[in-house]
Amino acid sequence: MFFRENGQFKSTYRADMQLLPIAQDRYFVLALVAFAFFAVPLLVSDYLYLSIINPFLILTLAAIGLNLLVGYCGQISIGHAAFMAWGAYAAYNLVQRVPMLNFLVVLVLAGLVAALVGMFFGIPSLRIKGLYLAVATLAAQFFTDWIFARVKWFTNYSSSGSVSTAPVQIFGWTIGTPRDKYLFVLGVVIVFTLVARNLVRGHLGRAWMATRDMDVAAEVIGIRPVYAKLTAFGVSSFYCGVAGALWGFFHLGSWEPLAFNLNLSFDLLFMIIIGGMGSILGSYLGAAFIVALPIALNQIPEKLGVPLSTAMASNVEFMIFGSLIVLFLVLEPHGLARLWAIGKEKLRLWPFPH
Amino acid sequence: MASLPVQALPASKRLDEPPPAHTRIGPVILSVANISLDFGGVRAISDVSFDVREHEVLAIIGPNGAGKSSMLNVINGVYHAQQGRIRFKDREFAAMQPHRAAAMGIARTFQNLALFKGMSVLDNIMTGRNMKMRTGILAQALRVGPAEREEMRHREVVEHIIDFLEIQAYRKTPVGRLAYGLQKRVDLGRALALEPEVLLLDEPMAGMNVEEKQDMCRFILDVNEQYGTTIVLIEHDMGVVMDISDRIVVLDYGRKIGDGTPGEVRGNRAVIDAYLGATH
Amino acid sequence: MNIPRYVPVAALSALLAAGLIAPLATGETAPGFWVEVLIGGLMTGVLYSLVALGFVLIFKASGVFNFAQGAMVLFAALAVARLAERMPVWAAVIGAVVIMIALAFAVERLVLRPLVNQDAVALLMATLGITFFLNGFGQSIWGSDIYEINLGIPREPMMVLGNVFEGGVLVNRDDIAAAITAVLLVGALAVFFRRTATGRALRAVADDHQAAQSIGIPLDRIWVIVWSVAGVVAIVGGVIWGGKLGVQFSISQVALKALPVVILGGFESVPGAIVGGLIIGVGEKMAEVFLAPPLIKAFDLAGGGIENWFAYVLALLFLLVRPEGLFGERRIDRV
Repeated sequence: MFFRENGQFKSTYRADMQLLPIAQDRYFVLALVAFAFFAVPLLVSDYLYLSIINPFLILTLAAIGLNLLVGYCGQISIGHAAFMAWGAYAAYNLVQRVPMLNFLVVLVLAGLVAALVGMFFGIPSLRIKGLYLAVATLAAQFFTDWIFARVKWFTNYSSSGSVSTAPVQIFGWTIGTPRDKYLFVLGVVIVFTLVARNLVRGHLGRAWMATRDMDVAAEVIGIRPVYAKLTAFGVSSFYCGVAGALWGFFHLGSWEPLAFNLNLSFDLLFMIIIGGMGSILGSYLGAAFIVALPIALNQIPEKLGVPLSTAMASNVEFMIFGSLIVLFLVLEPHGLARLWAIGKEKLRLWPFPH
Repeated sequence: MASLPVQALPASKRLDEPPPAHTRIGPVILSVANISLDFGGVRAISDVSFDVREHEVLAIIGPNGAGKSSMLNVINGVYHAQQGRIRFKDREFAAMQPHRAAAMGIARTFQNLALFKGMSVLDNIMTGRNMKMRTGILAQALRVGPAEREEMRHREVVEHIIDFLEIQAYRKTPVGRLAYGLQKRVDLGRALALEPEVLLLDEPMAGMNVEEKQDMCRFILDVNEQYGTTIVLIEHDMGVVMDISDRIVVLDYGRKIGDGTPGEVRGNRAVIDAYLGATH
Repeated sequence: MNIPRYVPVAALSALLAAGLIAPLATGETAPGFWVEVLIGGLMTGVLYSLVALGFVLIFKASGVFNFAQGAMVLFAALAVARLAERMPVWAAVIGAVVIMIALAFAVERLVLRPLVNQDAVALLMATLGITFFLNGFGQSIWGSDIYEINLGIPREPMMVLGNVFEGGVLVNRDDIAAAITAVLLVGALAVFFRRTATGRALRAVADDHQAAQSIGIPLDRIWVIVWSVAGVVAIVGGVIWGGKLGVQFSISQVALKALPVVILGGFESVPGAIVGGLIIGVGEKMAEVFLAPPLIKAFDLAGGGIENWFAYVLALLFLLVRPEGLFGERRIDRV
């Protein structure tokens, strides 16, 4: 009843092609953004920022990146944490070695470094499909793990192999407190969400989706697979590179070799499977779910008076992740995002059944 | 005469009388010469040659497994023939590449629908314009002026195609939810969006009822007449083939056994044998 | 200009062979030591082959890229190790067989059947789900410490070839037992596939799903059987591995190396799994022992560890020159 698009007619192509064609959606998103910027900082404790909200936002960015590749272009990767690592170490080295660079520039450069590496490891996708590509991306994962654990230059010859960062300053604003970090990360994530939405509804996005849905047909209508796949790898790794830099500087602060290991790659993959492949909204929902679940598993049994041991909690987490993945693939391959869309559809008709 | 821009021709305007074949049909635009193709030792096409003339409707017929679809796949580069040459618009190729074929003006529909299932009708047809869209990745990312304007320009062309094919009501529907006959139209629409000079149609009417076939015939002839598009089609319905083609090439077991006007082919002994199943 | 397809393959093979011989050719390595490294590599290779074998079986019969094979190895090894604490090893192995067959039923019923006709990537992700579930489930019921499997083979190594090389060559007895077991297993599988009706049905399914179904071979039963067989292969792998290194979580991760192995050998080839496993086992061991030290010296690295990525990078190179693998068949997409 409240969610009606009656009377909203589009008389120009521009109006029909805008980001959120339904007025209620536009108001809702604007209200949400306003809430995130102005209300959340008044309501939230440092603990919530550090353990849930900041990691959620940063991993959302990485999940969007992976979703562009897997969900939109149909190329699987089970090594995407590697590109986060390239972004994080690129940012670390830029800050160490070129201190006068603005951190926003550092972020973009870190993204570009990750994009280059991602495109390099994406080259096999031109000859091989799905399953084989999974192994190629594993190569990226393990080779990257090794490079940053062994080549001392990347960690600035630190004796333990781990690196640490100082608080970031931008235009005189020292991003030190959890709230500052939140506001900065939120801004970055919103900008990149808009960019991702723009890309997927432009001709590049159509080239990706065409390649995903029917690669031979895409080629026959003039979409070069080289172009579609390598841009997907590039953009996707760019996102992960930026997310990696944010993860290093704003979430971890200091990190050891193997901070960006295979488990993180799997987590990213689970986010998009559970959240919804081929959906930006799904990337948010999936990241929220994956960040929240372990914490819930830790706290809920404790509140109920049956605390789980750490090992048991992690085993239960494994089992829940595993079952949910199969469950979503079987019941709702488009993930939480589709459930959301179905709910919206119902709301549109409510209270009348048709 | 190159193909006309789509917007120049309102879909509703039909020429009352098609011009006679001898004035409509131009010189040879595409020719395949001595094409042979095998798959791991199994010969699909052997030593087939034929010409396609500008603006004509050429049908390729033959029993199942005669190599018809493979022939189309060789022409637009999905398969690479082991022997033979393809000559298109005065350039010769040993092997075509699909995107090069598309860029040079060859479009294609598929026997088993090859639509992009996760996308809407509009987006499917828009992909046909992709090749002509030039804005860079940064402009698209920020959706600044040029990207938006380009998108709208091409949207307009695509809307003309949607009108022409009478699928306005399904613009935003995911193609997977459409009836089969409508999906075939979308497939044609996606190919038309390339504004091709040569359109390869692989069984455009397979599995359709009589009304749907009539509609599809009308679309094909309209495209041919209004836009001057050369049509090469594979079809099993002999009534349709005899009605709409200017010329017919007959394949059987990968060899060419007939080539001529519908009248000539109808009288060809080898063709009759192949179709009646006579032993050779 | 076209380079014949075999040229890059030959070049890559020549490079590998050169790398294998190089330590001997420089004269700095004692031949006996080289042979020991070689044997060590072959033994690791046997383990990779065993994991890869289960993988190939499932891929052949159901087209599923079973990421969970490594988790199945861990699960089976845990089952054997923990059951063996309460009963003789042979009884524990039989118990594990029962468990793996039950698992095959569960996988078919709960995962494969609902996902039939889904695309390969969805099935791959589903097996990723199975992987996580099995890892969590296995450690919940069996425990997450390191467990031993004692097969009763003496620990002290044997000295062999003492009259060929100076100082002889040290070989572990359990390695020899492992190699013999692996050979027996492959032989048993060959007999199963060629001589039994079930085995022939499996091969028919592998060749053509629809044709097999149309002559009345029930696909769901075939899947249960093939996952059971893969489960038994996982037990053999798990027992050998666990007997050598102890049963622990890292088995599941190390077993990931079966993926590059099948890329090298070809997804549908049993001999490919064996040869691929041996090549990767030997390659990474040789690289670690002979290539890492000069690299560390030249680039001032913080340590070796080449063996962590060698297999994957080799597979990556291989994908570029011969995507169908050593023994695989080239596929043609029909349009």
